[in-house]
Amino acid sequence: MTAILEMRGVSKSFAGVQALRDVNFTVEAGQIHALVGENGAGKSTLMKVLSGVYPDGDYEGSIIFDGEERRFRDVNDSEALGIIIIHQELALVPLMSIAENIFLSHPPSRLGVIDRDTVYRRTQELLAQVGLTEMPDTLVTDLGVGKQQLVEIAKALSKRVRLLILDEPTASLNENDSAALLDRLLAFRAQGIASILISHKLSEVARVADRITVLRDGRTVDSIDCRAEPVEEDRIIRSMVNRDLAHRFPQRTATIGAPVFAVQDWTVHHPLHRDRRVIKGVDFEVRRGEVVGIAGLMGAGRTEFAMSLFGRAWGERISGRIWLDGREVNLTSVAAAIDAGLAYVTEDRKELGLILDADVRKNITLASLGRVARQGRIDDMSELRVASEYRNRMRIRCSDVYQVTGQLSGGNQQKVVLSKWLMTDPKVLILDEPTRGIDVGAKYEIYCIINELAEAGKGVVMISSEMPELLGVCDRICVMNDGAFVGEFAAAEATQERIMRAIMRNKEIDKKVLQGDLRP
Amino acid sequence: MTDKTVALPGHAGFIKNNLRNYGMLLSLFAIMLFFQVMTDGTLLQPLNLTNLVLQNSYIVIMALGMLLIIVTGHIDLSVGSIAGFVGAVAAVLMVRYHIAYPLAFIACLLVGALIGAAQGYWVAYFKIPSFIVTLAGMLVFKGLALAILAGQSVGPFPPTFQKLSSGFIPELFPGAGTLYLTSLLIGAVLAVALVYTSAKSRARQASHGIEVEPFGFFVAKSAVLFAVIVFFAGLIASHRGLPNVLVIMTALIALYGFVTTRTVIGRHIYAIGGNARAASLSGIKTERLTFLTFVNMGVLAALAGLVFAARLNTATPKAGAGFELDVIAACFIGGASAYGGVGKVGGAVIGAMIMGVMNNGMSILGIGIDYQQVIKGLVLLGAVCLDVYNQRR
Repeated sequence: MTAILEMRGVSKSFAGVQALRDVNFTVEAGQIHALVGENGAGKSTLMKVLSGVYPDGDYEGSIIFDGEERRFRDVNDSEALGIIIIHQELALVPLMSIAENIFLSHPPSRLGVIDRDTVYRRTQELLAQVGLTEMPDTLVTDLGVGKQQLVEIAKALSKRVRLLILDEPTASLNENDSAALLDRLLAFRAQGIASILISHKLSEVARVADRITVLRDGRTVDSIDCRAEPVEEDRIIRSMVNRDLAHRFPQRTATIGAPVFAVQDWTVHHPLHRDRRVIKGVDFEVRRGEVVGIAGLMGAGRTEFAMSLFGRAWGERISGRIWLDGREVNLTSVAAAIDAGLAYVTEDRKELGLILDADVRKNITLASLGRVARQGRIDDMSELRVASEYRNRMRIRCSDVYQVTGQLSGGNQQKVVLSKWLMTDPKVLILDEPTRGIDVGAKYEIYCIINELAEAGKGVVMISSEMPELLGVCDRICVMNDGAFVGEFAAAEATQERIMRAIMRNKEIDKKVLQGDLRP
Repeated sequence: MTDKTVALPGHAGFIKNNLRNYGMLLSLFAIMLFFQVMTDGTLLQPLNLTNLVLQNSYIVIMALGMLLIIVTGHIDLSVGSIAGFVGAVAAVLMVRYHIAYPLAFIACLLVGALIGAAQGYWVAYFKIPSFIVTLAGMLVFKGLALAILAGQSVGPFPPTFQKLSSGFIPELFPGAGTLYLTSLLIGAVLAVALVYTSAKSRARQASHGIEVEPFGFFVAKSAVLFAVIVFFAGLIASHRGLPNVLVIMTALIALYGFVTTRTVIGRHIYAIGGNARAASLSGIKTERLTFLTFVNMGVLAALAGLVFAARLNTATPKAGAGFELDVIAACFIGGASAYGGVGKVGGAVIGAMIMGVMNNGMSILGIGIDYQQVIKGLVLLGAVCLDVYNQRR
């Protein structure tokens, strides 16, 4: 087999930080090559070098594609050769149709007038190739994230792709959509299209990859030929973090006390469709020192439940009662919720959790500036001291607390968000997907922090779509589906199968209700 | 905790940041030098310098409010009309109804606050884009000014009111000949105070283990700062002393500089512009604060309108027309971001001064109003381009 791509001795540094050191990376023709590593290991940087985002001269080393040394000045140069990168953040225009999105940059046209018939026909062909049956004039905003991802791939296919680079394509997809996407990659391999797959999900990688390369601290530390040797998850994780993860979850002996947070008959309506009940009369309780997981599929209402509790930050016509530390409270604003001792760590840290342009220090103190201020005046020295304390305690990797938060890796950004909420000194923390999109090592650190919080007697609620994580961290797991709790398990008796069954059983009932077999 | 654990701002970052800050100031000095040479020294003649201050005071005052609006991610196109309208209200109250100056003054500021509140309400609570709300306000108050003046100029104002713009602080040590000693002294005291506070803050940072600028650099900077302030105070003192309006302006600049950098409310305003949803989920009352920035803008626009009316000594239906453009341009030249979350009071003030010096300098050179606008437009574009370029590096 011949190599379609060879990157030799690639090094790249940013303002004194070495992001890549002498990386060698080879992709054979028609191969699916998985690239794994912690966040900040240099995967994205390597791909940006490859796709010309960092132009020739910005890095050291050489890129050989199709047997010739290439010097890309920008992304257009690499695209012209068929190197297409699909970023984690999708680059689709929501209010345009699928066809318009696919042919956004170079629509087939005659004398500058777009040839709509050709666009339509070609789009249909491309959609068929990625296994979508949608009409080409469907608006992208009407598609789910999984299908949007496939549209993005169809767009790549419209450009005579030779090497497809996917940066965490399944991070926000459910299992079905992920499986469909991976099947596409296998189909492309059969057509001779090589792919580079960046992913944190080792099970996916093991399923489709022909070769796995592990990056750590900007170096290639391991490369596994999946057809010649067995893929051991432990070996990959060990190379990624250079630490034996005999236990992927830190141990904790729970000392569970009195109820610290109780919710009764909580009902929330949709803010736009005010007649639609999103949360349906839910009861919920967390005890001191307890970690309670909320499992469920996307759209089950878990985030809506959490945000409505958090000072009514979501929803309309909210009713129900809340007790914090045995005292009934009426949380009508986020500020009131924070004062009462509730903290909600948002799911989407970039959109809802952080001010990316502001430095680490300002983000950490944002929700509790009063603690470092006197009569409305910020004491910058005490602010600096507090921020630095959290930086050390949470092991946030940044050059200093004046570093802009947007420059940090996902795991470190998440630690900044956590620091912000710990500084409010909450009695109860609700963590919404706290480990989404962060690497194995950072996940472990987040679990340790959760354990410390529980040991300090706080009540912790963890919403997560990763069942192994819930099983590994929580004392009790509640299963939510369609705005109500449909199952509850103690840690000892919970298994992935039982949780899934609780969700599915409920779905079947729904189906029967719809078909008229059962009266609700 | 040891010194080592306190975060140190990187040396390179420190110099880069400061270069950006001083870059703006250096541009101002370069422009002043240019016009000083081109006008054969007319620009910095004491009389002209005093005029320069008086001509631009209302722009600077409004730029302070506009900066906060822009930082929250909004814009206010109505400030010129509000200033004009409030000037008209002042004229009607004082000239037509002979209401006492202090009472009328307060009433006018209240009118400004009410207008700001009315606009801020739609923007903050109804989420109507500020561009549209204030475009409407611009038309409404321009029209209302015309209406209550019945299309005519109303004046003159009582002499006490005129002092707001054309007055100078009283001289405590008469007999120093042509030099107004009090003004010079105030300038010197201000210079000493500024150098003293920056030395104190430097020492405090050093005691916490934070990297500070090199001592030589600090001394040189302080010396230049001291010299520049005393030099300008000397120029001002050799004409008629400190204009009242300069005192008001300086106090406001200090106040807003403090609020934006050192207070909780200031930090919250920047957070709203940086990421409104994250701010609101952090317990910041984003709607109320947005509302208040518009109320604040209304008050400052009213104050500017009073200063302008006092300076002209008459209220005209056309007063305030186009001010909003100079004010917004000042903020953007001063480095504020159109996307919100970024901008400094010092920058906005320097931006206003750059506009002012250019207006004044070009007028002295006899450049027509036509090409003045062309040049100002290009300077605005150039300044913002340079800023964007700097941020990308």
